Amino acid sequence: MGKNKLHVLKGINLHIREGELVSIMGSSGSGKSTLLNILGILDSYDEGKYFLDKTLIAGLSEKKAAFYRNKMLGFVFQSFNLIPFKNAMENVALPLYYQKVARKKRNEIALEYLEKMGLKPWAEHLPNELSGGEKQRLAIARALISHPKVILADEPTGSLDSKTSMEVMELLRQINREGITMIIVTHEQDIAEQTDRIIHLKDGRIEIDASSDETKQKVFETLVEEKAEV
Amino acid sequence: MIIDRDKWQEIFSTINKNKLRTFLTGFSVAWGIFMLIILLGSGRGLQNGVQHQFASDATNSLWIYQGQTTKPYKGTNAGRKIQFTNADYRRTKRLDKHINHISGRYYVGSKTISYKLNYGSYDIRAVNPGHKYIENTDITNGRFLNRLDMEHFSKVMVIGDIVRKDLFKHGINPLGKYVEVGNIPFKVIGVFKDAGGNGEMRKVYIPVSTAQRIFNGGNRLNQIMFTVGDATLKQTKQIEKELRTEFAKVHHFDPTDRRAIRISNNLDQYKKVMNLFLGIRIFIWIIGIGTIIAGIVGVSNIMMIVVKERTKEIGIRKALGATPKSIVGLILLESVVITSLAGYFGLMAGVGLLELVNKYMPPSDFFRNPEANLSIALTAMVLLVISGAIAGFIPAKKAASIKPIDALRNE
Repeated sequence: MGKNKLHVLKGINLHIREGELVSIMGSSGSGKSTLLNILGILDSYDEGKYFLDKTLIAGLSEKKAAFYRNKMLGFVFQSFNLIPFKNAMENVALPLYYQKVARKKRNEIALEYLEKMGLKPWAEHLPNELSGGEKQRLAIARALISHPKVILADEPTGSLDSKTSMEVMELLRQINREGITMIIVTHEQDIAEQTDRIIHLKDGRIEIDASSDETKQKVFETLVEEKAEV
Repeated sequence: MIIDRDKWQEIFSTINKNKLRTFLTGFSVAWGIFMLIILLGSGRGLQNGVQHQFASDATNSLWIYQGQTTKPYKGTNAGRKIQFTNADYRRTKRLDKHINHISGRYYVGSKTISYKLNYGSYDIRAVNPGHKYIENTDITNGRFLNRLDMEHFSKVMVIGDIVRKDLFKHGINPLGKYVEVGNIPFKVIGVFKDAGGNGEMRKVYIPVSTAQRIFNGGNRLNQIMFTVGDATLKQTKQIEKELRTEFAKVHHFDPTDRRAIRISNNLDQYKKVMNLFLGIRIFIWIIGIGTIIAGIVGVSNIMMIVVKERTKEIGIRKALGATPKSIVGLILLESVVITSLAGYFGLMAGVGLLELVNKYMPPSDFFRNPEANLSIALTAMVLLVISGAIAGFIPAKKAASIKPIDALRNE
């Protein structure tokens, strides 16, 4: 990270409605991860405005930011980001710990979510004893436990084989159908195809905002071209 | 925050996961405390040993010994022996207002003392009543010599506790019994103990007047000693000077002749030794503080590594809604737990070792009762814990303030 400011995003005008299932695509360096991080209050921005559920997210104190992340947002990462020395149940229960839910109660809730993910038998296992798909389902359970408004998934299937990828994608779609807004960053066409809307980023700008099948198809074609150029 | 079970659990699981690192942190702290305790303890032991030597005599006493002239003076040759007399005793007594307890001593030497069938050879000290205060004689039974004993040339004797044990078997009360020196009976009027040790308690005291009469002493004395109350070191130096001038005049020797009479100033020696110990204590403190600082640096180092290693975890926690405060608290608590536990072990090990030395090493003139000041040890420990906390606080604060995304990228 140098001292010179580098503008990764150069003017994004985007409105994502409640309950949408959106994917963000773009070649590396297009700013898709940066956008996701700003949406997730994981990173700050210096120009423009970002409203999350009608709240302006700008210049928040660390404490306030922690509060919003905890209450409004759920994260699913490519590298799972589970805490290695905590078992599955404890990992899932962690967001509730920061909501000051009593230990017994939050473990109970965590077990419910593990059951939903079909992971209950592994509740006492450490993350490294689980397969990639299981880890990601664990991470999804953790993202869901605090009833977030939005789930942000950064390449959720990036470390998974295609079969497991489809399973995880199906799970995310199902969660979306229950009313949670879902934003997925991906570079995989078959993942993006399953979302309702594809945002194509190029050099920090929205190239195509595709909701119809034709425009989606155009995104994929452009992406292939972009790749060829490199 | 402290009684939060989750936090404890997390601390112990990280400690468990990083046994070597925890051990190294703990070791630097434990070692610091251990060394401090040992240093303080042995310094104290050294001081106790030497102080004990002083305990047998009053620290504010001056002792005058007769010597030999080394300079010719007013027609007398060098090498003349100076002989004290009762007149010197009286003269000394009047010399200075600071002089309170005074005694002469006439050397009788070792004699066989017997009671019925029991006998032994004991050193007889012929002294004045004031001697009790000069030698710190502790009367356990009966009384010490008094003025009447002196005036009446009484054949009375105060015996050391070991003499009592030797001569009066089966717990016979020695008071009022007669012991014999040669064929002369002495009435036992008191028993004493002396902090100076067994050698001191193998002696007996008789009035100097009686001794001069019985053992052909005439009016001769061999030694004069006195205490000077609360006189300062400077004042005792003045008294020394007065003594030399006075004795030089009476005994016709050169006042600058240091060998004609010898004056031993206990206060002077005591002050010198105490100054030495002050120096040693300062030295020990410097080393001790150095060790503690090394411990602090060790803890800071490890805490920095801990934070670095846990950056990703901190990122995850922040993404899940952890406030910076909770992150700092977590790392701080870990640091405090490790340093306090390790400090406690170091403390115990140090105190334990001192206890062992105390128990199995016979006390000598130079070393006895090594003991560490527990409050100092505890202070040092608290200091270490606090510095451990500070050492953890700075990197923890830094870690808690990095953006979660940077923390997450940290693979």
